[in-house]
Amino acid sequence: MQDDRRNEASAMTRRLLVLGAGTAGTMIVNKLRRKLPGDEWDITVVDRDDVHPYQPGYLFLPFGIYDENQLTKPRHDFVPDGVELLLGEIDRVDTETDTVRLVDGRTLDYDYLVIATGTSPRPDQTPGMLGPEWRRSVFDFYSLEGAGALARALADFDHGRLVVHVTDMPIKCPVAPLEFTFLAEAWLREQGLRDRVELVFVTPLPGAFTKPVASEHLGNLLDERKVAVESDFLVESIDNERKCLVSYDEREVPFDLLVTVPLNMGADFVERSGLGDELNYVPVDKHTLLSRAHDNVFAVGDASDIPTSKAGSVAHFSVEIFVDNFLAHVEGRPMTGSFDGHANCFIESGDKKALLIDFNYDTEPLTGTYPVPYLGPLGLLKETRANHLGKLAFRWVYWNVLLPGRPIPLPAHMSMAGKHPAGDTSTTVKE
Amino acid sequence: MTIATLAGHEFHVNEEGFMTVPAEWDEELGAALAAQIGLEMTDAHWEVIRFLRADFAETGETATLRRVGARSGVPVKQLFALFPQKPAKKMAYVAGLPKPHGCV
Repeated sequence: MQDDRRNEASAMTRRLLVLGAGTAGTMIVNKLRRKLPGDEWDITVVDRDDVHPYQPGYLFLPFGIYDENQLTKPRHDFVPDGVELLLGEIDRVDTETDTVRLVDGRTLDYDYLVIATGTSPRPDQTPGMLGPEWRRSVFDFYSLEGAGALARALADFDHGRLVVHVTDMPIKCPVAPLEFTFLAEAWLREQGLRDRVELVFVTPLPGAFTKPVASEHLGNLLDERKVAVESDFLVESIDNERKCLVSYDEREVPFDLLVTVPLNMGADFVERSGLGDELNYVPVDKHTLLSRAHDNVFAVGDASDIPTSKAGSVAHFSVEIFVDNFLAHVEGRPMTGSFDGHANCFIESGDKKALLIDFNYDTEPLTGTYPVPYLGPLGLLKETRANHLGKLAFRWVYWNVLLPGRPIPLPAHMSMAGKHPAGDTSTTVKE
Repeated sequence: MTIATLAGHEFHVNEEGFMTVPAEWDEELGAALAAQIGLEMTDAHWEVIRFLRADFAETGETATLRRVGARSGVPVKQLFALFPQKPAKKMAYVAGLPKPHGCV
């Protein structure tokens, strides 16, 4: 009798399962735990480990601005009471039975599933990248180990060709390779080595960045810093013996030190579960983030295929919209929130200055001020010291405000007030 | 948005000359568009273009180079040989589709 009652109670309880306790997943469980009644909803979040990295900090490691200890905290510090954090490797999602199987054999049931397992650099996807030169003269900086190893290599580097390279789009934080280039250029100047080093930026895009207006601005910054740009370069392999990048159309770029951004892909379990596209991203409605194939599966943050930057700012803005939509959806009401692809990024440009850009699905990066129209204090598409300080201050905001899901006085949707289109796009979209 | 005329077809194009109404396209027009950028269509070219059209009909997005390479059976290396220099852009142009959105 008592057992029956318990079964009845648990049958009434609904289960939300979040895969990934990164930026998006952590914000989601914090916000939803406050909104979903504890006696009606169980919330569980799964991750493979208990180390939450502050990924924007990786960029600064090679230049000694941060050290590795400053960039990680335990994930469980950010998971609120009433949410279970489960550590384990995900094997696959079975959408027929609404279960997730872990590699260690455990099976988790869900009523609603949120995939927030992000995207990862995959050096194994380019022939030769993991060859004998890996972490000798070939480095990445999108991992804690990679950025640390690169710091040590840079300390010994005093002349030659330094090549910064992007394998293919989309990549996490698409401005970071440019920022790395600007910081490296400033660092070489400070060390008195700039005249002895040739700097080359190699990209699969037709210009410096994905958005034409920003590409023009950032391309000028590369010009001013005498950085050569090799564009429309899609790498086929890395020749370790001759130390050069080789493209599909048989161009070669030799290097003494290569800093590459490997192909980025979503988690392999997404592919094993039949939920992914060719890069293991989950196809979703770009405004609601609901899976196009399953009515009880969402993908939030870098794990989805939405056509905007893969970045923490996008995760943040989209989570705001997602939470309201989720609450409506589970009550059977239509989802009225519509994500606009809003992204904003600080771009370090060296010499303790930075730019800020703000854009969405439909609007090019704008000049003007942020977040307050006309007052700022942050200047858009302009190199200022305030932007640099903003970027450094963001680490505190990330741990103390963003991850705990506390309100940030920044609107999720992009606003046009106090901003001006940076150029007439009809004349700048041409290459 | 302007109207272009080519090979007896009238169709809408954007400022870069990409077609904006996929339904206005047919293979005859595709061959004429290819000629505009110096390409002569072969069976190998058509295999790629038909994949792009079918994939767009299904997903509503123009396939990226990597997606075409992964899903059409034509390797990326071959795509560079068929549509030299800027394959993603050229394939979309000939197929009467928007430039792929993958570049973000």
